Amino acid sequence: MGSSRSGRAAIIIGSLVATAILTWAIFVAFADSANTPQTTFIPASVQAALVRDAYMIIFILAGVVFFAIMAVTLIFTLLYRERPGQTALQFHGNSKLEVVWTLIPVIIVVIMAVPTFSAISETSKAPPADALKVVAIGHQWWFEFQYPELGLTTANELHVPVGRAVSVTLESKDVIHSFWVPQLSGKVDMMPGHRNHLWFTPTQARPEPYLAQCAEFCGISHANMRFRVFVRPAADFDAWTKSTAADRTAPTTDIAKAGEAQFAASGCVGCHTVKGNAAAAGTVGPNLTHFGSRTTLGSGVVDSNPQNIRKWLANPQNVKPGALMPNLNLSQDALDKLVPYLEGLK
Amino acid sequence: MATAVGALAHTEEHSGLWSWLTTVDHKKIGALYGITGFLFFLLGGAEAVAIRTQLAVPNGTVVDAARFNELFTMHALTMIFLAIMPMGAAFFNYFIPLQIGARDVAFPRLNALSYWVFLSGAVILTSSFFLGGAPDGGWFAYVPLTGKQYSPGTGLDFYVVGLMVLGLSSLLASLNFAVTIINMRAPGMTLMRMPVYMWIALVVAFLLILSLPVLTVGLIQLLFDRKFGTNFFTPGSGGDPILWQHIFWIFGHPEVYVLILPAMGIVSEVLPVMSRKPLFGYSAIVFASASIGVLGFGVWAHHMFTTGLGTVPQVVFSASTMAIGVPTGIKIFNWLGTMYGGNIRFVTATYFAVAFIATFTIGGISGVMHASPSVDAQHQDSYFVVAHLHYVLFGGAIMGIFSGIFYWFPKMTGRLLDEATGKLTFWLMFVGLNLTFFPMHFLGLAGMPRRIYTYDAGLGWETWNFVATIGAYTIAASVLVFVVNFLMTMRKPRTAPDNPWDGATLEWATSSPPPEHDFDVIPPVHDRDPLWYMRDHNIAMPAPPEHQHIHMPPPSYFPLIMGLGVAMMAIGVLSTFAITALGIVVVIYSTWGWVLEPTD
Amino acid sequence: MAAATHHTAPAEHATTMGIDHRKLLMWIFLASECLFFGSLISTYMVFRGDSIVGPYPAEILDIPLTSTSTFVLLMSSLTMVLAVYGAQHGRPTMMRVMLLGTIILGLGFLGFQTYEFRTFGAEGLVPSTNQFGATFFVLTGLHGTHVGVGVLYLASLLLASFRRTGLGRDQVLHIDIAGLYWHFVDIVWIVIFTIIYLIPQ
Repeated sequence: MGSSRSGRAAIIIGSLVATAILTWAIFVAFADSANTPQTTFIPASVQAALVRDAYMIIFILAGVVFFAIMAVTLIFTLLYRERPGQTALQFHGNSKLEVVWTLIPVIIVVIMAVPTFSAISETSKAPPADALKVVAIGHQWWFEFQYPELGLTTANELHVPVGRAVSVTLESKDVIHSFWVPQLSGKVDMMPGHRNHLWFTPTQARPEPYLAQCAEFCGISHANMRFRVFVRPAADFDAWTKSTAADRTAPTTDIAKAGEAQFAASGCVGCHTVKGNAAAAGTVGPNLTHFGSRTTLGSGVVDSNPQNIRKWLANPQNVKPGALMPNLNLSQDALDKLVPYLEGLK
Repeated sequence: MATAVGALAHTEEHSGLWSWLTTVDHKKIGALYGITGFLFFLLGGAEAVAIRTQLAVPNGTVVDAARFNELFTMHALTMIFLAIMPMGAAFFNYFIPLQIGARDVAFPRLNALSYWVFLSGAVILTSSFFLGGAPDGGWFAYVPLTGKQYSPGTGLDFYVVGLMVLGLSSLLASLNFAVTIINMRAPGMTLMRMPVYMWIALVVAFLLILSLPVLTVGLIQLLFDRKFGTNFFTPGSGGDPILWQHIFWIFGHPEVYVLILPAMGIVSEVLPVMSRKPLFGYSAIVFASASIGVLGFGVWAHHMFTTGLGTVPQVVFSASTMAIGVPTGIKIFNWLGTMYGGNIRFVTATYFAVAFIATFTIGGISGVMHASPSVDAQHQDSYFVVAHLHYVLFGGAIMGIFSGIFYWFPKMTGRLLDEATGKLTFWLMFVGLNLTFFPMHFLGLAGMPRRIYTYDAGLGWETWNFVATIGAYTIAASVLVFVVNFLMTMRKPRTAPDNPWDGATLEWATSSPPPEHDFDVIPPVHDRDPLWYMRDHNIAMPAPPEHQHIHMPPPSYFPLIMGLGVAMMAIGVLSTFAITALGIVVVIYSTWGWVLEPTD
Repeated sequence: MAAATHHTAPAEHATTMGIDHRKLLMWIFLASECLFFGSLISTYMVFRGDSIVGPYPAEILDIPLTSTSTFVLLMSSLTMVLAVYGAQHGRPTMMRVMLLGTIILGLGFLGFQTYEFRTFGAEGLVPSTNQFGATFFVLTGLHGTHVGVGVLYLASLLLASFRRTGLGRDQVLHIDIAGLYWHFVDIVWIVIFTIIYLIPQ
């Protein structure tokens, strides 16, 4: 059938239709994956939107090239299969054609380059002067966030106001980590011995956090090094800074008070700061002043609730392999006291 | 010593284990590379299956975090250095002399040495699993994570030493191939009459010759940091972790082309022969390959777009990366041009070659997407990159290698692999590879970082991870079918004709398998496709002279001894330097024996 | 068999480019070595002035001493040229004497280097001291290793030349190739010497 004119037409049309269906199915799957919690494709900041726009153009180009090459490969495969009586054309090339298809990739990459370079020039500008300054420090395996102008330190949950630029200085205390909040910004590495920068202007406040995760392999618990970014209306953010600037909520119940004593007795104070608890001034581990108001523990590895806090304290490595917090072999009694104390640190 | 050398000289056996240990025949060495490489391909595949099993469902518990990190590191090292490179080297070894019309490579004993050094390196690297833990810092081993402070175990020492030994092997092999191709072509075979595959072998050899020394320097520096307390890469004492990344990728990016170019070469051989027409745009493919080789040294920093390079380097390396996409695109068009108007014989080798065009194109497209630093900031270190590199290395390199296996198997063994089983292998592998790797694009888009041993439910990653795991098992099944095919075929009699596909290049001018001296008489070369020229112009192969003695180099065990010496030098670095000293003595001894050994 | 061999003997030595395989091999190998030393020298340049603690190069480098050792190594290139000349012009004694001279000068250079390393060690500079120590010792140490290999190489040729068959029919070629290697190692040293010792920091 391939030899007849209509047979050839059928092959070509059939191949085009099949490739179109395949391309469309892939497109649907991409669109479906874009609509997920840690998506890279639904921007919520000015800069992420710029990148997405460049990405969109490149993506469509990629789709066109994919469709074209797949369709031609399929058509040639079906059209030029060996058949009795068919002979191969003998030629070595075609200069005109070769010039044309040298130009095709050139044109494609030039089209790619335009939005790319304009996005680079936009994101490489200095952040506006009124940007909120944040220092993000990577540790094995958690994130520390400092607000130098506000005098705040927190861990694993970054709070920022909507509509104002956030300028993040990236540092690392040990190995290379990477700061990546897909919906807010592409990743930039946290490089020990260097100070990297990125900035973004969040455009959408919402109660749920933007999910984020370390993107550079950093050792055994790389998979468990996650963080969350809360983008809030300015008023909510100001309220948050006030409450975070405050000392820890003093324990009120007897058991929580006993917990504070236990917190010192078990040596927790050596690594953790709890503002308002003069004994607790360690800086090796995360600042726990407002631990009770965080949504997760262990750098996003589990939800923060009494059962999980207890599990964590009983054996951190069990919850998060390689966690640098030592297993303190705490007694049941000590756990009974520590859990309500920590939970109460609102 | 000279007596000892003399007493051991002249080892002339032609079969059995000893003949394999002392062989200097490029065909036997090629076979050794091929078998060894394939066994490591199975090992790397087993590691991949373990990885995919762990990631099949959220919070998997098949392996723990520490083991997972070893597995993904060793999977990459095994596939790159112990499977794809040696399988590429197997074909180079076997077919460089045959395609250029020579009787062996320029340095047959050096060729044997390359293999034994490779085997030493492969065994040393893999033995780390049983000797205190495998390397677990990823295949590009970014410091400071891989420094002594954060990786106090011995795994990274095995990485450093293993890669040095493997690098030495590749350097020796590449020098040998380069000299052979430049200097041993049959009369009439000008550079522009060489098969494309030979051009690619030459480009690959030079890529390795010029990039391996850079890696070696980096490895020496990392070794000094780990063993002797220097601070090349340690921040805080004046060192710089970024330097390692530059050094690694100046090697690492050319290395990517070392892996993919041989597959492109194979496809450029298979497609014209099976289409029964000359390669479309021979010169364009040659120049494209050469320019890929040159540009390949100028794109390394695109692996580092997220490290805070600065705007200007980002733009420069973005532009160079986009530029290298152009010659790659030209090749794809030329392969399609070769199919156009053909009368294509669809045997298993053709299936793999045509599928290569499709799957490699997917990897090429996603590669060009990463040329944009802005987009790369979202893709880098995500599963999108994992998808991309596997479409290049599996969809490209492995598909090309399988095409080569089915294409050249009759020449190498005198037997044709079973076609029906071969097509089953193809379909399982083709479906499996797309099932495994295409979903990874979606996962990357959904924000899944690479190199994570676990993930939570609820991120939209469950479905595609599960599909990818099914795909991995499908690939495993395809490889199993191939192994069965191989074993069954090897038990059959040698019935393959000398030129089963009506091939155009010189390897098809000799018997299947070729005699030890390759050609009874070196065929004359009048054209780019010499056998087709002779066929179309009714030129018969010249008859060999009646009383002919062809001198072939005698077997030698000195390459093996020197390989052992190199292994001892390496093992000494991992244990006690006394063994290194002993290894140096062995190397010097075998060098003298080598030189003084009669080769006439 | 002997009669048959001589048919193929001339063909064996005919190469496509008219250059012997071994010489071509050495040229290509030296291209690889360029990248090797290029990377080491680049690392040295990257870390210039990055030492946090002393001894700093200006305090410890003994330029007159190393100038002397550089002169010694340069002279060895001259003797090497003469050894090649001797081989090419059928003057085996000259070749052997000049090879021996090259070996002695090479050993002299290594002696200077050993002395320099030991002095530095005594003054508190080891590879782990600072960035200068790390880059200096690795770069010059690997260069010294190349000189040492060269000495072994030339010594082997010298010894072999006393065999009954001497260096065989390829004598000129063997000496020529060894000369290529030796000159390369010398040239690299001139670059290293200029960068480490002569360009002020």
